[in-house]
Amino acid sequence: MDFILIQFLTGLANASALFLIASGLTVIFGVTRIVNFAHGSFYMLGAYLTWTITRALWDWGGREPALFIAGILLAALAVGAIGALIEMVLLRRIYRAPELFQLLASFGVVLMIQDLALAVWGPEDLPLPRPPWLRRFVEIAGSRFPRYDLILIFVGPAVLALLWFLFQRTRFGVLVRAATQDREMVAALGVDQRVLFTGVFFLGSTLAGLGGAIVLPMQSAFLQMDLAIIAEAFVVVVVGGLGSVPGAFLAALLIAQVQAFGIVLVPKATLVLVFLVMAIVLMIRPYGLLGRPQAHARAATGAVEPVIRPAPAILGWAGAAALLIAAAAPFFAGPYIVTVLVELAVFVLFAASLHFMMGPGGIVSFGHAAYFGLGAYGAALGLRYLAVPMEAGIVLAPLFAGAFGLVFGWFAVRLSGVYLAMLTLAFAQIVWAAAFQWVEFTGGDNGILGVWPSDWARGKGAYLWLALALCIGATLLLRRIIFAPFGYALRAARDSELRAEAIGLNAVRVRLGAFVIAALGAGLAGGVYAYAKGSVFPTYISIPKSIDALLMVLLGGVQTVSGPIVGALAFHTLFLTVLQAFTWWRFILGLAIVLLVLAFPQGIAGFVRQRWERARGPEAA
Amino acid sequence: MLSVRQLNAFYGRAHILRDVALEVARGEVLVLLGRNGAGKSTTMKAIMGLVRPAPGSSVSFGGVEIAGSPPYAIARLGLGYVPEDRRIFTDLTVMENLEVGRQPARDGLDPWTPERLFAIFPNLAAMKDRPGGRMSGGEQQMLTIARTLMGNPRLVLLDEPSEGLAPVIVQQMAEAIRAVKAAGLTVVLSEQNLHFAERVADRAAIIEKGIVRWTGTLDALRAEPAIKAQYLSV
Repeated sequence: MDFILIQFLTGLANASALFLIASGLTVIFGVTRIVNFAHGSFYMLGAYLTWTITRALWDWGGREPALFIAGILLAALAVGAIGALIEMVLLRRIYRAPELFQLLASFGVVLMIQDLALAVWGPEDLPLPRPPWLRRFVEIAGSRFPRYDLILIFVGPAVLALLWFLFQRTRFGVLVRAATQDREMVAALGVDQRVLFTGVFFLGSTLAGLGGAIVLPMQSAFLQMDLAIIAEAFVVVVVGGLGSVPGAFLAALLIAQVQAFGIVLVPKATLVLVFLVMAIVLMIRPYGLLGRPQAHARAATGAVEPVIRPAPAILGWAGAAALLIAAAAPFFAGPYIVTVLVELAVFVLFAASLHFMMGPGGIVSFGHAAYFGLGAYGAALGLRYLAVPMEAGIVLAPLFAGAFGLVFGWFAVRLSGVYLAMLTLAFAQIVWAAAFQWVEFTGGDNGILGVWPSDWARGKGAYLWLALALCIGATLLLRRIIFAPFGYALRAARDSELRAEAIGLNAVRVRLGAFVIAALGAGLAGGVYAYAKGSVFPTYISIPKSIDALLMVLLGGVQTVSGPIVGALAFHTLFLTVLQAFTWWRFILGLAIVLLVLAFPQGIAGFVRQRWERARGPEAA
Repeated sequence: MLSVRQLNAFYGRAHILRDVALEVARGEVLVLLGRNGAGKSTTMKAIMGLVRPAPGSSVSFGGVEIAGSPPYAIARLGLGYVPEDRRIFTDLTVMENLEVGRQPARDGLDPWTPERLFAIFPNLAAMKDRPGGRMSGGEQQMLTIARTLMGNPRLVLLDEPSEGLAPVIVQQMAEAIRAVKAAGLTVVLSEQNLHFAERVADRAAIIEKGIVRWTGTLDALRAEPAIKAQYLSV
C-alpha cells in the first residue's frame, strides 16, 4: 500500500510540470490555431535559463530558496519574452497559411533553438547543484518522499486556479475565450488581434518556461528535452481536448499516473502505455476528455483544393531523362554518388507515399516514419529471427508496414484535422518506443546490424538498379492510382464526405484503403533502405524522420503529383547531403524552412506550376 | 458621415460588388434593400474591412479613409457591425459578450452601459449570466446588437436584423432601432423585408447584382411600384 501511495504522489508531482507545458500549448492552439512544435523548445530554454540565472543569483547572494524561486520566475518570464518575440517576427506573418506550413515553420524554430542551445550551453547535461534544503525528504507512511516533489504537487493546482481567475475574471481572459471561438468577430468589435495573440504567446511560452524551470532540480537541462516533452505535451493536450485548460489538467494527472505506475509495472513499455492510453481515450471521445468538435477540421491543407492534373509532357520527359542518367551512374560515377542515388530513390517513394495520403486523401500524418521504420524493421527482424533472404525480406517489408497501417489506420481515418495528425504521431511514437525500449527483441538503440542484400544484388550498380526499379516503379504505381477510379473516390471523400457517401462511396473505407496503400509504399521504401544501409535503428521512426517526409511533400507542394518527387530530391540533396557538412546545419536547415514557408506557402512545385500557368494559361499545363 | 465610392469586391475571381456608391448622413437610418445574394452583406463586410475592398475603392468615415484598414481599426473609429449570423460567443455569458464589445466612450455621445442597454433590451436583463449558446435566436439577436453598442459606435451596420425572428420580436427590434437612432447614432441596415424597412428607415438604396440601382426616400420608393416590382418582389 505504501508503495502505491508513494508512486501516486510521484505521479502528482510529475503531473504539475506536464500540466504547465500542456496548458501553455493548449491556450496557444485555442486562440491562434497554431500547433506549436517550438513549445518543447521553450520548455528546454526554461530549464537552461533557470540553470544559468539561478546559479548567477546563488553566486551573488548565497544558495537561498528565495533566490531559487526568483531564478525560476525570471527564467519563465524570459522564455515568455522569447515566445512573444518569435510570434511577432515569424508566426504573425503566417496565420493565414495552411496549418501544416505553420507547423513546419515552428519545427524550423525547434531546429534553430537546438543549435543555439548547443552553442550557448554546450553538449553536456547541466544539473543544478542541490543545496541541502533541495535534498530534504519528508516521511510519508513510513517512506521517504522528496520535499521538493511534495511542493510541486501544489504548483499544478495553483497555476490552474490562477489561469481560471485570468480567463474568467479579467478582460484579457474574456477576450481570449471569445477569440478562441471567433477571431474575426472579436476584431470586428475593435480588438487588436495582434496584441491579443502576442499576449497569448507570451502567456503560453511563460508557462512552458516555468514547466522547464521547476523540473530542473529533479533532472538536468539537456539538449533532447524539447522533442521528448513535445510528444508528451501533445498527448496531454489531445487527451484533454484541444483548447481546454481544465481538460489539460485532467489529462496531465491521467498521463502522469500512467507513467508513475507504468514504470514499476511494465518498465520496458512506459512510452507504449502512454500512447496506448491516448489512443483509447480518442477512440471513446474523439475530441478528448473536455474537447469539442472543431468546425472545418478536415480542411487542413487549405479550404479549396485545386484539381490535381497530370504533369505536362515536358516534365515527364525530364523525369525519364533523369531516371536514365541515374541508372547509368554506376558506369561513370563513384560509389558515394551511387549510394546517394539509392537514398534518393528511397526518399522519392517515401515522400510519394505520404503525398498519396495527404494530397488526394487529405489525411495528414505526423507519423509517416512509422511505416518506413516498420518496413525496415520487418526486413531486419525477418532476417534475424527467420533468416529470410533479401528477396523475401523486400516482400516482407511492405507487408509488415501495411499490416500495422491497417490497424493504426482503422482508428486514425475516423478522426480529422489536428486530432488525426496527433493520433498518427502517437502511433509512430508507440512504434518508436517499442523499437527503442524492447532491447531483447529489436536491439534497442543499437539497432539490428548485418542486413545485407543477396549476393547478386551486392554490387553497388546492381543494388541501385534494384532500388530504382522498386522505388520508382512503386512511385509510378501510386501516381497511376491517383488517376484511377479509386483516386477519384479518394478525392471525393476528401472534398465532401457527405456528398461522397450520398453517391455510394464508403468514405471511411476509401480513406483506410489510402492509409494502407501509403503504409505499403513507405514500408517498401524502408525495406530497400535497410538493405542499402545494412542496418536498422530506432531513428528511422523518430519524429524528425516524419518531419523530413512532411518537408519533402510540402516543399514540393501538396497538390501536384510531381511535388513529392521534386521535394524529396531537393530536400535530400540540398539539406541532408550538403548541409550536414556544416557544424551548425540544424540552424541553417531551420532557418531555410522558416524562410521557405514565408516565401513559398504553396511549395516549390506549386509555385513553379503557378508561374507556368500564369505564363502559358492552364490549358497548356 | 459615411461616404462609399467605387467600392469593388471579389470572392476569388467572382466580382461581387461593382462600383457601389452610398452616402449616409449623420443621424439618419439608411436601408439597403435587395434580394438574397444581391450584395447587401458583402457591402457591409467590405465597409468593415472583413472583405478586402479592391484597389481603387474608397470608403470614407467621418472624413477618414478606411478602405484597406484592418477591421479592429475601423471599429475603433466608431463603426459598429452586427453580422447577419449574429456570431454570439456561445461559451461566454451575456455580460461577458458585452465585455468583449466594450470600447472607450466617445465625445458627444452618452456612453453605453449594460444598464442602459437592458432598458432597450429588457429580455437580456433577466439572463445576465446565461451562456450565449443557451439563448433563443431572438435573444441572441438582441445581444449581438447590444454587444456592438458597447463599443460606443457613431454608426452601426445592421445586417438583416429581422431575419428569422418571430413577429413579436420583430416589433421589439424595430423599437430598438428607433431607440438607437434617438440616441444620436447613424444606422445602415440591410433588409429583404420591405415592410420592416418602412417602419424604421428614412432612406433606401436598392442593390441588385452588386450594383446600386436606385436611391431615395422611402416615401419616394412607395410612389414607384415599378421599381419595387423589378428589384424587390420575389
